[in-house]
Amino acid sequence: MSAAARKSVLVVTRHAQPGRSLARAALDTTLATAAFDQPVNLLFLGAGVLQLIPHQDSSAVGVRNLRKVIDSMPLYDVEHCYVDTDAAQRHGLTTADLPSGAILVDVAAQRALFDAHHHILGF
Amino acid sequence: MGMAVALNYCLLIMAAPASGYTSLTAARFGAAVIAQGHILPRVFFLDGGTSNGLATAITAQDEKSPLTEWTQLATAHGTELVLCVSSAVKRGLLDSAEAQRHGFPAATAHPQFALGGLGLLVEAMQSADRVITFGAPE
Repeated sequence: MSAAARKSVLVVTRHAQPGRSLARAALDTTLATAAFDQPVNLLFLGAGVLQLIPHQDSSAVGVRNLRKVIDSMPLYDVEHCYVDTDAAQRHGLTTADLPSGAILVDVAAQRALFDAHHHILGF
Repeated sequence: MGMAVALNYCLLIMAAPASGYTSLTAARFGAAVIAQGHILPRVFFLDGGTSNGLATAITAQDEKSPLTEWTQLATAHGTELVLCVSSAVKRGLLDSAEAQRHGFPAATAHPQFALGGLGLLVEAMQSADRVITFGAPE
């Protein structure tokens, strides 16, 4: 596939992990898109920012720790993720809590992100 | 209005058929896209959406069967119906190869659905002019 034909994808994840598999599906889709060398970005919106809570331990529940998956994304060339500023604040997440490549985005910046991608996937 | 341009669509379905009517809406949207002269080469089912491919789902007689709506798209228009393999096998949706591999007597996925990796979604997104997601719950 030629570079010119590549279409950028914005994966928008809006739900917390507990009780659902949707958050995991969003991360898998992001990683798969990156694995095929297609431009992809991940935006945590609303309750989706709860996936970013540090020091999660889901071992007693018996499901994978999503924060670990998120932290591994730079290995797959997903260097940055975008985080809804208002939601992060509402849920008490500080900059120190966020993954190293996280970029906080206000509503105007979110709009610019939506504008800048060919496809938007809503999870 | 200028001449209509035919667009290449891809649908991403994450709603299970028995939870509300999102998957029926999605199948109707797919049919409408084609009726308008656009093309729909592939529908990709992910997460809970893979249940749409369950061959043994029974719909009440006075209701529309999502399974029938989807398979009609495949039969009439050649739309490929792809179930994300990792989401599907978790939910017991197996094609004959997977059924054999895991020691089950028969496939549970409808034969008009194929099991495939997320790469097939990535591929469809690259050729699509429009990707529409159905089903992330509120």
